[in-house]
Amino acid sequence: MRLIVGPFNRVEGDLEVALDIADGRVVSAQVNAPLYRGFEQIMQGRDPFDALVIAPRICGICSVSQSAAAATVLAGAMGLDMPPNGRLAQNLTMACENMADHFSHFYLFFMPDFARDAYRDRAWFSQAQARFKAISGSAAQQALPARADFLHLMAYLAGKWPHTLSIQPGGSAKGVEAAEKARMLAVIHQFRRFLEQTLFGDRLEAIAALDSEAALQAWIDARPAGASDFRLFLEISRGLQLHRLGRAADRFMSYGSYPFESSHLFRPGVWHGEWQALDPAAIAEDVSHSLMSGPPEPLPPALGITLPLEEKAGAYSWCKAPRLAGAVMETGALARQLVQGHPLARDLAARHGGNVHNRVVARLLEFALVVPAMENWVKRLAPGEPFCLHGEMPDDARSVGLVEAARGSLGHWLHVHRGRIFNYQIIAPTTWNFSPRDAAGTPGALEQALVGAPVLPGEDTPVAVQHVVRSFDPCMVCTVH
Amino acid sequence: MPDLNILWLQSAGCGGCSISLLNAESPDLHGALATAGARLLWHPSLSEESGADALAIFERCLSGETRLDVLCVEGAMLRGPNGTGKFHLLSGSGDPMMQWVRRLAAVARYTLAIGSCAAFGGINISRGNPTGACGLQYESDVPGGLLGADYRAGSGMPVINVAGCPTHPNWVTETLTLLALGELTPDQLDPLGRPRHYADHLVHHGCPRNEYYEFKASAEKSSDLGCLMENLGCKGTQAHADCNLRLWNGEGSCPRGGYACISCTEPGFEDPGHPFGYTPKFAGIPIGLPTDMPKAWFVALASLSKSATPKRVRENAHADHQIVPPAVKKTRLK
Repeated sequence: MRLIVGPFNRVEGDLEVALDIADGRVVSAQVNAPLYRGFEQIMQGRDPFDALVIAPRICGICSVSQSAAAATVLAGAMGLDMPPNGRLAQNLTMACENMADHFSHFYLFFMPDFARDAYRDRAWFSQAQARFKAISGSAAQQALPARADFLHLMAYLAGKWPHTLSIQPGGSAKGVEAAEKARMLAVIHQFRRFLEQTLFGDRLEAIAALDSEAALQAWIDARPAGASDFRLFLEISRGLQLHRLGRAADRFMSYGSYPFESSHLFRPGVWHGEWQALDPAAIAEDVSHSLMSGPPEPLPPALGITLPLEEKAGAYSWCKAPRLAGAVMETGALARQLVQGHPLARDLAARHGGNVHNRVVARLLEFALVVPAMENWVKRLAPGEPFCLHGEMPDDARSVGLVEAARGSLGHWLHVHRGRIFNYQIIAPTTWNFSPRDAAGTPGALEQALVGAPVLPGEDTPVAVQHVVRSFDPCMVCTVH
Repeated sequence: MPDLNILWLQSAGCGGCSISLLNAESPDLHGALATAGARLLWHPSLSEESGADALAIFERCLSGETRLDVLCVEGAMLRGPNGTGKFHLLSGSGDPMMQWVRRLAAVARYTLAIGSCAAFGGINISRGNPTGACGLQYESDVPGGLLGADYRAGSGMPVINVAGCPTHPNWVTETLTLLALGELTPDQLDPLGRPRHYADHLVHHGCPRNEYYEFKASAEKSSDLGCLMENLGCKGTQAHADCNLRLWNGEGSCPRGGYACISCTEPGFEDPGHPFGYTPKFAGIPIGLPTDMPKAWFVALASLSKSATPKRVRENAHADHQIVPPAVKKTRLK
């Protein structure tokens, strides 16, 4: 049996999944991005700095990440560094967006699926329904104002969100004043309080210190299912065995995030049972199953071509298929924490690989790791010291800008020729996670993760499939730039 | 107030207008929708229904089983390649999104273009428009677009262009509330179909850099505190919006964030004809002068005010933080 599932909501953008089903399980999946937007074509011929205006408009939910990748690629082309204030301000702006995105994902996009009538016989259903029902649940009612309050940070750092131009190649156009520093600390403190009282029911430091599946189990055993939203998720996850759902290739990649003083808060690298250094030169995009013209061999993004085709035999998505040294990579919070070496993430993945449960736990773990870092960064801001350096763009240059968005690794590749953008290529996190098959026929990460998902009799939009899809926190608008 | 049934669709856009809508505060989005008596039949970021359940909601609107009061469309309409609309097929349906929008707009009491992409085509129609994008009733500033210049929704209103990239959350929630009150009549739309309640202002109004503007103490590089108009491409004196009166994320706006207004509420903002961060000039005078201002007067006032610029304003204009604070008078203020 074949099922075409769409439209998927509570993902950013448009997504369609074709499922082959046998014996109540998905046996094969094709992931289709049914929208093409043409940003790489729009960029060509423009002034290189115009990328700062255009790139964020690829995505409304990770626009700051797009800005940061554009600023990084321009800085690389100019050979420009940034002052400590500029780095701190960029880290804070990125962290604010990433935390807001994790927050939206958990409360608005992911959890409402457990309040569906399909689960009405579960012991936890009445709690899940009261708390997480889409639109009317009590959690969404609390989460929206908490999120809006937290995003006041953007007023002090970026003027507005989404779509700021504060993020510059040499730092930030927005110097932070002493009064703003004080208010930023208050905003972060308020957000910490929501996380500790409502999301976790525990101190962030206690969550960050969980170092194994056994420690997490002990934490669960110490409190009732309704103690906090995280605890309720863990109850639901245990009941539905979410750790057995949605396993992909178990190869994880991170470009590294929040650089400061010659190191990263989360280091770059690759995790496949052991840590390896990341070689960006090994990235290439395959278009064998994409509605794109191009040579049969995969092209490195520095030489990439984006020319859409109306028809192409065997092609089913506007998304290209990026591979690292030919291999499918999963990217996102779980990948970041595995590459960084957080003991909880490493222990969970060693037992069950990448799966729905582990992706959500890793995302929530990042609140406990990043929010305290944000408090530290604000304290280190030095009003009165420079926030931005300036430089000249050479007439000819090539550069790479790699950052971590909330949902994973985002790269921009720039070629400036005669003072204009000659080529601009973008590989977004969901391009990695939701890529189509490559020339060898190897499915992308989500296509692999969907295999084995249960399909109950009568389901036309299988709920397990929705859990797997949303566990990646996909951003289709980035994917189809 | 009668209930307003709202159906929200996204096409070729970034989703940023929805994400911005979630930033509504005092009241938050739930409170704002309740104020307007608005009910979301379906919204891509918020609703439970996916797949077949979502398509069934759209079909019930088309059949008239569910009354569709407000159709909100976010993102441009893609007509390419070659007029087929295949650059955006609504997933699960196999049909181009532009067809869904045409059919639903035919049964909607009001049709709202949310954001500059849906209103005018926005960033998508830049540089040769590779996807054949357009707005609902405009392509850039030319009437027409997907639905045609003569389209009227069931209420008799043309498409209401809540333009902006992105939209401020309150531009959307106030438009809905005014619709619910029956007070958003055709005369409350400006010549580009934008609601006057936010479009009859200029971004310049309330700009905290106004003192620098008055003295033509101009920023020379991004991060400078001075006025952004003379050198850095700011169009705040021409762009219609109230960004510096109502503010974003509590206390922000583009000039408050250290960067120029790129006039994102205006058709054509995506192709200014010059790099975004650069002010085109003729004989040293910016060619984009403030709305309503005769050029000769602007030049005369600018040269006079430049010569009268206080040292404090001149020095601070070229720094990223205040170098010279306002003097404390030895005598009491008069």
